[in-house]
Amino acid sequence: MTFLSDAALSRLRGAPGPPDLSGTRYELLGTLGRGGMGTVYRVQDKELQREVALKVLDVDDDERLPGEARVAARLEHPGIVPVHDLGRLPDGRLYFTMKLVRGERLDRWAAGARTLSERVAVVPRLCETAAFAHAHGVVHRDLKPENVMVGPFGEVLVMDWGVALVSGEQAAGTVAGTQGFMAPEQARGGDTDARADVHALGALLRWLVGDAAPAPLRAIAARATAPDPADRYAGALELSAELSRFLGGERVQAHREAPWERVARLAARHRTALLLVAGYLLVRVVLMLLSNRGPA
Amino acid sequence: MPPHPRTTPPTGAFPATRLTLVQRASSASPNRGPALQSLAAAYWRPVYKYLRLQHRLPAESAEDLTQDLFVDLLTKDALVRFDPARARFRTWLRVQSDGLASHAREAAGRVKRGGREGILSLDFDDAESELRRAEPAAPGDPDDVFDREWLRALFGGAVDALRAACEADGRALHFELFRRYDLEPADPRPTYAALAREHGLTEAQVLNHLAWARARFRREALQRLRELSGSDEEYRQEVKRLFGEAP
Repeated sequence: MTFLSDAALSRLRGAPGPPDLSGTRYELLGTLGRGGMGTVYRVQDKELQREVALKVLDVDDDERLPGEARVAARLEHPGIVPVHDLGRLPDGRLYFTMKLVRGERLDRWAAGARTLSERVAVVPRLCETAAFAHAHGVVHRDLKPENVMVGPFGEVLVMDWGVALVSGEQAAGTVAGTQGFMAPEQARGGDTDARADVHALGALLRWLVGDAAPAPLRAIAARATAPDPADRYAGALELSAELSRFLGGERVQAHREAPWERVARLAARHRTALLLVAGYLLVRVVLMLLSNRGPA
Repeated sequence: MPPHPRTTPPTGAFPATRLTLVQRASSASPNRGPALQSLAAAYWRPVYKYLRLQHRLPAESAEDLTQDLFVDLLTKDALVRFDPARARFRTWLRVQSDGLASHAREAAGRVKRGGREGILSLDFDDAESELRRAEPAAPGDPDDVFDREWLRALFGGAVDALRAACEADGRALHFELFRRYDLEPADPRPTYAALAREHGLTEAQVLNHLAWARARFRREALQRLRELSGSDEEYRQEVKRLFGEAP
């Protein structure tokens, strides 16, 4: 019998490594990342001569993969990565291919130097994608930085619909999601609806802007992540609208502002006009002073 | 998300109608004898090495006890004491080994062991040779020591099967790449680029050849694991523990 060293045993354990793609139209080029439900590889589609992403599911469950692929395929939206193909590897594992997204994962993107506005602006886009999914009866249930890609042109895409809940399915008794972003009712394995995603979006907002964010933003995040779903925004679009109000310098519903906050907000919102007026007044004052000094 | 029922048995799944070696060896079917022989072939090395490493027994004593254990399994109904609901078969076997080692110490000097040579043909010299090649290790957690040697035997058998399959299918190069990259103790491992240059391949070909070999190795290992598990649940837990994923 072949003797294996401890090092060889360690190498042979763990994930099965790159998939065997012989017999498929794909050739392996590299690994893109590993998620909770499987590993995503960069592959070459030999027939169409293009690079695509190929996801191999760890869970060898016949319904899981078609479920994830089907969910992503039925949601045709700019914020959702389109699925091209699905099949089974020679070793029996299931895979599907999807568009290869160039860009950065949100957690890596956020690690860079970003302004508050840039960070906040990501969330309404996520909200719109989530709202689209909700309108089609799908709750993502695992929105978190690792499942969001930011493209080179600022596009924001939601990835990994592996634990998504499709309308009509029953989720009770099964806990899926990620601590820190998962809604309390989801963590308990209870019934979940679109407001579970609203909770995750609020947690994402808080994660993006940090605890030192302006009070209105903190209030928005707090309302979105309220323990009781009834206390949250009714939907992702409502959260998106609230964030748009914040970005537009308008008063947000989640925060009762003090008079000085209102003045500061209005000043910030009308800063250009205020600067113009101030400049005009300054010029007038200077002109008055100059005319008063006149020739003796 | 609700648990999804399986609709077809994927590779590595546990067909309900198929009995494992342990189940067949415990039954009264005509296949009991061959099943017991297979079970002994799969487990004697881990048992012998465990007795040598964990109990620090001399080679001769470990040989005798290993023979005793498997002869009891083959000739008596020792397996009826195994309850898959209470423990993994491997754990049960390890506990049996501990009991034998303990009794052997108590009986040392009073009873001369031996006299069972020839009932089971076990290559103890080869096992000793492996012990000399293995990294020196102090006795640790009994389960860890037994598990490591059991895994070495399981994966060693899977590698042998992979080599045979590669030779039969004209994929000697696949195995050679697998041996160089995954089995050899070289540290650091050769890069894909170095292997590609060495064998006149592209890096993508190296990647795909290795992927094929690893997938085939995994399949062989899973088949053995399935045979050696005491139950469906035990198999699933073993796969998750070994490969970090559901089967």
